[in-house]
Amino acid sequence: MKFLSAQNMTGGYGRGADIIHDCTITVEKGEIAVVVGPNGAGKSTAMKAVFGMLNLRQGSIVLDGEDISHLAPQQRVGIGMGFVPQNNNIFVSMTVQENLEMGAFIRQDDISETMEQVFELFPILKEKRKQPAGELSGGQRQQVAVGRALMTSPRLLMLDEPTAGVSPIVMDDLFDKILDIAGTGIAILMVEQNARQALEIADHGFVLVQGRNRFTDTGKALLADPEVRRSFLGG
Amino acid sequence: MDFLNAIVLFANFVIIPATAYGAQLALGALGVTLIYSILRFANFAHGELMAFGAMGTILVTWLFQSQGIGFGPLPTALLALPIGIVLTVVFALLTDMSVYRFYRRQRVDPIIMAIASVGVMFVMGGLVRFIIGPDDQNFFDGMRFLIRAGEFRNMTGLDEGLAIKLTQVITVVVALIVVVVLFWFLQTTRSGKAMRAYSDNEDLALLSGIDPDRVVMTAWVITAILATIAGVLYGLDKTFKPFIYMQLLLPVFASAIVGGIGQPVGAILGGFVVAFSEVTITYAYKKFLAYLLPQQWAPDGLVQLLSTDYKFAISFIILVLVLLIRPTGIIRGKVL
Repeated sequence: MKFLSAQNMTGGYGRGADIIHDCTITVEKGEIAVVVGPNGAGKSTAMKAVFGMLNLRQGSIVLDGEDISHLAPQQRVGIGMGFVPQNNNIFVSMTVQENLEMGAFIRQDDISETMEQVFELFPILKEKRKQPAGELSGGQRQQVAVGRALMTSPRLLMLDEPTAGVSPIVMDDLFDKILDIAGTGIAILMVEQNARQALEIADHGFVLVQGRNRFTDTGKALLADPEVRRSFLGG
Repeated sequence: MDFLNAIVLFANFVIIPATAYGAQLALGALGVTLIYSILRFANFAHGELMAFGAMGTILVTWLFQSQGIGFGPLPTALLALPIGIVLTVVFALLTDMSVYRFYRRQRVDPIIMAIASVGVMFVMGGLVRFIIGPDDQNFFDGMRFLIRAGEFRNMTGLDEGLAIKLTQVITVVVALIVVVVLFWFLQTTRSGKAMRAYSDNEDLALLSGIDPDRVVMTAWVITAILATIAGVLYGLDKTFKPFIYMQLLLPVFASAIVGGIGQPVGAILGGFVVAFSEVTITYAYKKFLAYLLPQQWAPDGLVQLLSTDYKFAISFIILVLVLLIRPTGIIRGKVL
């Protein structure tokens, strides 16, 4: 069994219609799994399902051998899941350092070491630690958002379109950082619009269409698959 | 000499009273702003919460006075204040549990919360008048003046006297201490930062493991403390009359909105803006101008822009002007 194994998830928001159907996503430690697909394919919904933000009618979510299907999102943070939402993912009125402190809110132990690690990963944040996060550029905000989620020392980091709305250069930079994070042994699950670039750094890719798994393979194999290329990567 | 007399006159009737009043409004507006930024609704019951806090403190003050417990030259009410605060905190938390929590669980629109708070306002107001009666209540004791007008005249040899009431000094000092402690709490403590985070981005605060019930509870505790202190200071400085606190709601809201609702610094600025506008516009400048202008120019009328009966209209005018010209208030943004 993989480190994270979300099997056969079916469900939707509240009492609404199902958005994902029999959807399966898995990630191994130190690996990057990317969920791609056209607009409205349920990519973000699938990730939110993994994080416990919607009602699953079927399926189970197992993290490190432990069934966590019944846990609330906050409890999932407590057992080592970090989540970076796509929008509103920082506290704009608080300083960079306070953002990181809030990320570690549930921790009772000393957080200074983790904060140093985050600053090592994102040196620009150390420079701007006293500045309100809302004053930073788009790319820097994303770094704050990722840094905030890293403050709990998660074992699984989930990123919902981390490169949405940033320039190509910043996107490359962010992907490099995400590779670095995976290098420390953290499992990474990522939803991406920039499918080609994301699959290039991905160990595994999950192509969703209308809430169902359409293709599942390694990132390289998906990039090489002519059907995937034609349908989802623009040739 | 005339110039100095004019300054002293102005200080005596405008600057000093407006400063004390401004501090009272600022404390009231801080409470409104805090509830707005955490619970995200305009709390119309805040004036009555101030009345309740003042009432609790007055009852304890009377108890102390009947037992012969005093506070030297300071009003006994200051001694009773902590007990009044505890009563009000309990009352505010009970109100939250019995009314607002229900609507919070339903995740209703802020407007529904605001309407609910109007209901709470009427119930609270009724309760206060039921317990202590609708009349003026005197609970002030201790020394009345720090400097008397006559003493000041003798000291300086000026024609005009400057009187500083002890309650005015207490108001400003207490308000200053409260504001410093509040800002220290919000800026440096774990709970304070959690409150700011919750106010900034509720969803992300939940993701970070911040307990919303705890944040809401803290907000009510602080609001009840602020409301009690504001209510007692106002009562000491002027008079305690339940209906006056309902009327205070308008200048308090105006202060919060002028400063930028949700902004503690704005609430303080707004309090002073409203207080100074109210006092300077309703002040009769006849004597003041008589000192400054040549004798034949001395005005015949009162030179009062607006009768004091209309002082609440000034809050209204300020409110309308702010909403027309700078709807964000003095300080922009929406969070603590």
